[in-house]
Amino acid sequence: MDEAILKIRQLRKHYGENLIFHDIDLDVAEGETIVIIGPSGTGKSTLLRCINLLTHADGGEIWLDGQRINAPGVDEDLVRQQIGMVFQNFLLFNHLTALENVKLGLTKVKKMKDAQATQKALSELQRVGLADRAHHYPGQLSGGQQQRVGIARALAMDPRIMLFDEPTSALDPELIGEVLGVMRQLAEEGMTMLCVTHEMGFAREVADKIVFMEKGSIVEQGSPEDLMYRPEHPRTREFLWKITELYGQQQEGAPADGFEAEPAWKPNEDEV
Amino acid sequence: MNAANFLQYIASGTAYTLGVTLIALPLGLLIGLVLALVYVYGGKAGSRSMQAYSIVLRGIPPIVLLFILYFVVSGAINLSPFTAGALALGIVSSAYQMEIIRGAILSVDAGQMMAARAVGLSRLEAIRSVVLPQAFRHAIAPWSNEVAIVIKDSSLVYALGVPEVLRRAQLIGASNQNYLLAYGAAATIYFILVWLANKSLVGLEKRLAIPGSH
Repeated sequence: MDEAILKIRQLRKHYGENLIFHDIDLDVAEGETIVIIGPSGTGKSTLLRCINLLTHADGGEIWLDGQRINAPGVDEDLVRQQIGMVFQNFLLFNHLTALENVKLGLTKVKKMKDAQATQKALSELQRVGLADRAHHYPGQLSGGQQQRVGIARALAMDPRIMLFDEPTSALDPELIGEVLGVMRQLAEEGMTMLCVTHEMGFAREVADKIVFMEKGSIVEQGSPEDLMYRPEHPRTREFLWKITELYGQQQEGAPADGFEAEPAWKPNEDEV
Repeated sequence: MNAANFLQYIASGTAYTLGVTLIALPLGLLIGLVLALVYVYGGKAGSRSMQAYSIVLRGIPPIVLLFILYFVVSGAINLSPFTAGALALGIVSSAYQMEIIRGAILSVDAGQMMAARAVGLSRLEAIRSVVLPQAFRHAIAPWSNEVAIVIKDSSLVYALGVPEVLRRAQLIGASNQNYLLAYGAAATIYFILVWLANKSLVGLEKRLAIPGSH
């Protein structure tokens, strides 16, 4: 498993008595897009935060590029530079323009010269289609544009892996598409991505693997076809059914080629 | 003594009033900023000790502290009344300015710090580049209150014999028995100073306002 960029073994996190997740094993290979789905309160977001050390796991191991990153003596700032993070509520720096948001890490962390940082930041904004909004402040941008700046800000650091924490959950429905479009483009460019999302259309079409998490552990993982159309675990089936009911109808367009329009399964009362 | 000389005598105390204010305010800001950072980011011990500092200093009349600093400290170090008064007012003000800055820091969404750390900024750099620039903008309005208070409290140094506006008004009022005119002139000077300070801070707040946010 040496080709995995990110390797998680037996990861565990609790807040006091409250167990958030446990026994998490996960591998993310170079260029892979993995989507984590599951009910809210399952520990998905906390898992992402543990991976980039914004919060600390209580047990288990996280390896990035063959280096154990959740160990004493690790330079956490250096680790975070290599992991891009996109937040549900964007979290752009409110007092800085889009360009300055993207530049900050380049000048303050990578110690780039101003002109060089500006150039790099502009090209990242271009990548997410927002070069013309470079001098707008977050308050002057739509939610979708803010999130794309958030993605550009993370990309600018040239991360080994990008973490997305429900990047479209705070967006109006008509703005979701532009963010998913950027994410899809990144996946096609070969970016390694770990996404927590409820966007099943995106998961189905872009993910190499879907991971279903519930009550703090991974219930099932597999290819989109297997997981969405032939889920093994009754809880996976039930969750997928619910989420299809909730979001399925309004989701962008028809399923990709090769998939049936309707899931082949129905919730089975006996199993639930 | 004609009216012009009379007023000029009082007004020339403005230099001392401004001098005391311009020492006390930045001193209080500097100490207040450092202490606010200890308060917010210094863990339990930090916040406890800062709470104590705040309670003690805010619980004592400024003039009492002024006397303590002048008569106790100047026994060891040679301080002029002007310097002692300005330093004492600065220290008093630091407790209030600490509270203002602390409140402003706490009003910045915690997510801002998280996002800065996620990019790879160190905690200190995140505070410097992300939290404080936003906190300072929030602090301007409450800070203008403190500016007004320090300008007015600068009159307390008259008790140490510093010939500032109030001291001069008292002297000249006593010498020609026109107290109303003397104190009226002093009041007008303080009022104008406070008014100008507030006006320029409102201007500063507008100028620094972040486009697109409320």
